[in-house]
Amino acid sequence: MRRRPQIARLPDGKRLHLQDGPIDLIVEANGNEADIRAAYEAAVLRFDGLLDELCAELTELRKAAHPTHRALEGVVARRMQAAVAPFAADCFITPMAAVAGGVAEEILGTMLAAAPLGRAYVNNGGDIALHLEGREQFRIGLMDRPDRQGVMRTLIIDASDRSRGVATSGRHGRSFSLGIADAVTVLAATASQADAAATIIANAVDLPGHPAIVRKPANELQPDSDLGPRLVTREVGQLTDVEIADALAAGESRARQLLASGLIDGAALCLFGEIVVVGVRQTQLYHQHALEIA
Amino acid sequence: MVTDATMAASGDKIRCDACPVMCYIRSGAAGACDRYANHDGKLVRVDPHIVLERTVSHGGRVVPFQVSGDWDGKIVHQGDIVVTAIGAGTTYPDYKPAPFIVSSEIDGVDMVTVVTEGIFSYCGVKVKIDTDRYLGPETATVRAQGEAVGHVTTSEYGSQMLSLGGVHHLTGGSKKEGRVTCDTLMDLSNCKAVELTIDGGATVVVQAGRPPVVNGTAEERMRVGCGSATIGMFAKQWHGKVDEVVVVDDHITGVLSEHQAGKLLDIADTGIKMKGRRSTPGRYFQVADPGTGWGGTNISNPLSILGPFDPKEARPGLTMLMVSTTGEHAGYYVLDEALRPIEKDIPPDLKLSVERIKENCEPALCTVLFMAGAGGSLRAGVTDNPVRLTRSVKDALTRVTSGGAPVYVWPGGGITFMVDVTQMPAGAFGYVPTPALVAPIEFTMRLSDYAVLGGHVDYVRPLSSLKDSAEIRPITFVPGRRV
Repeated sequence: MRRRPQIARLPDGKRLHLQDGPIDLIVEANGNEADIRAAYEAAVLRFDGLLDELCAELTELRKAAHPTHRALEGVVARRMQAAVAPFAADCFITPMAAVAGGVAEEILGTMLAAAPLGRAYVNNGGDIALHLEGREQFRIGLMDRPDRQGVMRTLIIDASDRSRGVATSGRHGRSFSLGIADAVTVLAATASQADAAATIIANAVDLPGHPAIVRKPANELQPDSDLGPRLVTREVGQLTDVEIADALAAGESRARQLLASGLIDGAALCLFGEIVVVGVRQTQLYHQHALEIA
Repeated sequence: MVTDATMAASGDKIRCDACPVMCYIRSGAAGACDRYANHDGKLVRVDPHIVLERTVSHGGRVVPFQVSGDWDGKIVHQGDIVVTAIGAGTTYPDYKPAPFIVSSEIDGVDMVTVVTEGIFSYCGVKVKIDTDRYLGPETATVRAQGEAVGHVTTSEYGSQMLSLGGVHHLTGGSKKEGRVTCDTLMDLSNCKAVELTIDGGATVVVQAGRPPVVNGTAEERMRVGCGSATIGMFAKQWHGKVDEVVVVDDHITGVLSEHQAGKLLDIADTGIKMKGRRSTPGRYFQVADPGTGWGGTNISNPLSILGPFDPKEARPGLTMLMVSTTGEHAGYYVLDEALRPIEKDIPPDLKLSVERIKENCEPALCTVLFMAGAGGSLRAGVTDNPVRLTRSVKDALTRVTSGGAPVYVWPGGGITFMVDVTQMPAGAFGYVPTPALVAPIEFTMRLSDYAVLGGHVDYVRPLSSLKDSAEIRPITFVPGRRV
């Protein structure tokens, strides 16, 4: 029996849900009905077989990226490689660090090629590719703990901003983290670049050697993890306020480096309810006020 | 969704072939998709939405996906299932219809379950700790990780009550206090162990459905009654086997020869002299300070609560049993020539009575009731006219459940309910950084009643539509305790 991706409109009738294996996309396009339909049809067509395409090169995608050498063939695989390449010279990273963003970007690109859209997004489990024109804007809810629900801050991106990618990485997500950040959300020019940078910054939010941090080799947890025997964070015990600030400062310095080199447009780093923001204008960021049901 | 997922086992790993990623999955772990997991060597689906199957016979928590052959697409049979709100998500604080409004036909009546996850900042837990050991003074602050999360409230029979959480600790104090309170409530509600310290009292590890651990010692049993009640219950069994019995208790210590029960059996005076304040004959308050020793007192040597025996009535060779209200501590004494009690081995028939006391003490447990109020905006997710939902609940037309578990709805205004967290599926609670707890809540009613109370009828989805949407996680529902 051939495996079929799952394709459905969500109950609101507006958003499209595409799922195949670990890829889970929520897609929305705004525009006239015919354009939306054309864009969704193109998305579905491109989505079918995309996972197989990636898996054909999975072994190579799971290997440490090389700063310049590119052995990959698929268009998404090459985009993933390009997104992680700027980091490959001075740290361990595989193209898999940009897989979610890379897929989101591919589907969005297909949709935009099929129809004119004023506003659209492809959300791949929190790694989001955006399209904005004219006076359109997006309100993006930031969560500090992907394993729990809740919006902590709202970020506004409008068409005049350069950023067309948002990604979040941290120790609670589906992929492992070498750091201790609860969440690092990054804005970048593209979703794959945001995805790779979020991984790098989340890894940098760390307190190396701290006894309250439990780390395990990644391949003990997931035998085929691209991180191999590298130690990934499993638990973070109690930290003092000073330690939380130190870990965030380490991540912040990495984020500022990436900001200066133009690899990201902004980042929000979150650890134990404390948040540090880099590069994002205060006017873009809104507090979620304490609200009660009553 | 139909797939031909199969698996190949190798060691404790299985290889999932639901998709071309072909993950190796260790036991207890999920694959890259978080949809398939290895549960004791079996490939299971672990999608976020939960459908409870009321099946006692399976005895497990997860229904294996595709036990044999092709999956027929059926998850469960209608009428036997409850769609829970866990994982339903919510768009609070706006007024969009609750994420899932599910209809299923039960006994020919078109039923509606409005499934939502409520965000409750007006919420807390009531904890009942079965112990006579001293936990701390009434109204004392209860702390977790040093932050105030609640207080000690009244003592109940054989147990101590704590009231934790509430809006003041969640949102009225410092940021850290709110966060720690939220974590504490969530962990307790998810049946995890939490260490609590009480100002001027004990440190106690609380876990729903488990014995409390007070200052590092696990409590085993609840007392059968106070010391006086124990004398009353066992006087006949002691009659003729021993001259005197003292049941040591923090509240009321009982003395057989002076107690009404002993008088009725014509038990002779023994010249015993008790410390503490005599209440009525054979009943003594405050023989010692509260503590974690004998019978919830602070003593480790029971003789320390006795004065010298009165030589007018006492005689050498007089026998005495001292026992705690739980039977966990016991000693047998014989008066020597100087009328001093000397400890001896407990004779077998008296040992039997100590065992009997122990046997009649129920296992000591911590119980956690989650308590919250469903406010206007949550109710608005269910109907256009929130107050009608309240009335419908009060009129018993609408049944409220939390994660499929029965709840007690408080009389009076609003929908304030309590639920035993051990009756709910694992991991039912979440949080938002407000901070507030996210808990499942379901309202079940007749479809016709739903329309009458202004329900979002246009959004009602048949149960079968959920089945196909991969938003469901079938689990076996085992009525009763989950731990």
